[in-house]
Amino acid sequence: METLFAVLIGLFFAAAIYLMLSKYTVRILLGVALLGNAVNLLLFTTGGLTREVPPIIPAGSDVLSTVAANPLPQALILTAIVISFSFFAFLLVLTYRAYQELGTDNTDKMRLAEPTDEPLPPMGY
Amino acid sequence: MAAPQSAVDLSAALILTPPPLGEWLVVAPVVLMIGLGAFLLMIRKSVRLQGSIALAGLSLLVLLDAGLLWRVLDQGPVTMVMGRWLPPFGIAFTADLFGAAMALVSAIAALGAGIYALRDIDAAGRRYGFYPFLMLLMAGVSGSFLTGDIFNLYVWFEVLLISSFGLLVLGSEPRQIDGALKYAILNLIATTLFLIAVGYLYAIFGTLNMADIARKAATLPSGAPLVTLTGLFVLAFAMKAAVFPVNFWLPASYHTPRIVVSALFGGLLTKVGIYALLRVTIMLMPVQREQLSLVMAIAAALTLIVAALGALAQHDIRRLIGYLVIAGIGNMLAGVAIGTPAAVSGSILYALTSIITMTALYLVAAEAARIGGSWSLATMGGIWRRSFPFAITSFLLFLSAAGLPPLAGLWPKVSLLKAAIDIGAWWLAAAMLIQAFLVTIALGRVFLLAYWRPLAEAGMPAADEEPAGFFSDKTTALPVIGFAALTLIFGLYPEPLLQLSQRAALSLADPTAYIASVFGPSDLGRGGNP
Repeated sequence: METLFAVLIGLFFAAAIYLMLSKYTVRILLGVALLGNAVNLLLFTTGGLTREVPPIIPAGSDVLSTVAANPLPQALILTAIVISFSFFAFLLVLTYRAYQELGTDNTDKMRLAEPTDEPLPPMGY
Repeated sequence: MAAPQSAVDLSAALILTPPPLGEWLVVAPVVLMIGLGAFLLMIRKSVRLQGSIALAGLSLLVLLDAGLLWRVLDQGPVTMVMGRWLPPFGIAFTADLFGAAMALVSAIAALGAGIYALRDIDAAGRRYGFYPFLMLLMAGVSGSFLTGDIFNLYVWFEVLLISSFGLLVLGSEPRQIDGALKYAILNLIATTLFLIAVGYLYAIFGTLNMADIARKAATLPSGAPLVTLTGLFVLAFAMKAAVFPVNFWLPASYHTPRIVVSALFGGLLTKVGIYALLRVTIMLMPVQREQLSLVMAIAAALTLIVAALGALAQHDIRRLIGYLVIAGIGNMLAGVAIGTPAAVSGSILYALTSIITMTALYLVAAEAARIGGSWSLATMGGIWRRSFPFAITSFLLFLSAAGLPPLAGLWPKVSLLKAAIDIGAWWLAAAMLIQAFLVTIALGRVFLLAYWRPLAEAGMPAADEEPAGFFSDKTTALPVIGFAALTLIFGLYPEPLLQLSQRAALSLADPTAYIASVFGPSDLGRGGNP
């Protein structure tokens, strides 16, 4: 099961990185969304994969009687999902505004903050 | 319904006695900033009230951080845990000397920027939430410096990141949106890398508490992929700190927002990356840092040279200062790469002075542009003639940024150089010296063109009326003069700051006191930490 997940996570990362290498902001955003999910899956797998076993210690015992998945990475994922979701929402709006204001979604042509024809400082006076 | 009486000893997992009042100082800065941020958001329509409440809050933050630093100096690291759960179960906030000092200095920088913002941020900017964002940014920065839990550190990174997005697009000009897009995507990728590293760290160590990680690091089986893990952390924090070759988001965005926002970012945000880098590489994984030190040293040398050359090539003074921020990061990274206590203390000292100097430089740039008539070196001029006191204040800060005596910028450079020569890394020392030389030229040229050159020779038509002098507005002059005075005082009398950074570096390299503060002195041996 873990091996399968490792391959799946690898595919997620590969697709995310491929998309983020694009020049176009929408594809970059899709890449960022995939990257967030890849990380969540990765965290999920680090906690161990077991089916339907609650990590509850029975009365009169000090340790778990069976092997159960570690619930802490799942709590981490919940935090990470909330954060990456809100960031993604912000980035969507930002990209849309950028498209409206700059008239392009090609990052090569977004040179407003760093113009290509910027002069060098004067050599003297 | 009565709870079943269990034989479990709760004192092993829970704190049963209320903590002494002094320990609340550890969480007080964060609580204050979050609470005030929420309150200011509610009254964001009251444009006048916001500024005064925010300034009162930031002054209180400085006092709280000063109290915390005093307590840490007096009694060693202080720990407080969330929800009474003892570490490693509960999230711990642990302030040691390094974190407390960084928190205090960044609070001072934020207070100065907050005063400057009274004039720089207009009513529209305030209605869109400048002060709430500033409070939440400071909550993120203070939280990062004071937390003792590595996943919690990630959360504070995100808090300060989302507030920085809000500050960056304040005004919504097209060039701000262009800069913000690059800043947002690249920084989000950096924090995601950090999260990946945290996931692997938990898989390897089974804990997220920094003190717990530090005491377990020595007892792990040798097969654990710790070098890869450290590499991931270094890459993520290097990206946050704008180390070459992952620094390109900084020159693309730092000159676009309101100048106060640039000042805050230049002073604080990259230093948070350096703080996290020092915390993880020096305290948590010192053995693995050794193996990565050559890579980090090469990256530091390249950062130094590339940033200094970049500063030479800019005609917009805001972009020039952006490259100076990166050059400073190169110096601090060199200290991390060398890794001896002397070098780490140099890095800490550099970070502390650089927070003040870089914040002040952006504010100086704003005043220079107002008095000199332009942001561009091609057309600005006549500042010396128009405002002599401002020219002298800027000159002092330029000296500090270039690392020349007698200003505070000198001492960290000297300690780092000495540390580099001590271990025989002559090429790293050479890179630092070349960088200081090039930065001196770049800033000297700013002084020549913007300050000494008469306006008539700059090709600008003489304005109908002179711009108001430096002292015409106390709210803008006060922070600049205050920062310059601080750098001058610590340049002439560096002894307390030097001792502070040396003690901070020693406590990072040997975290016995840190671990004892989290787990109690008796638990030291349990993890097998030597």
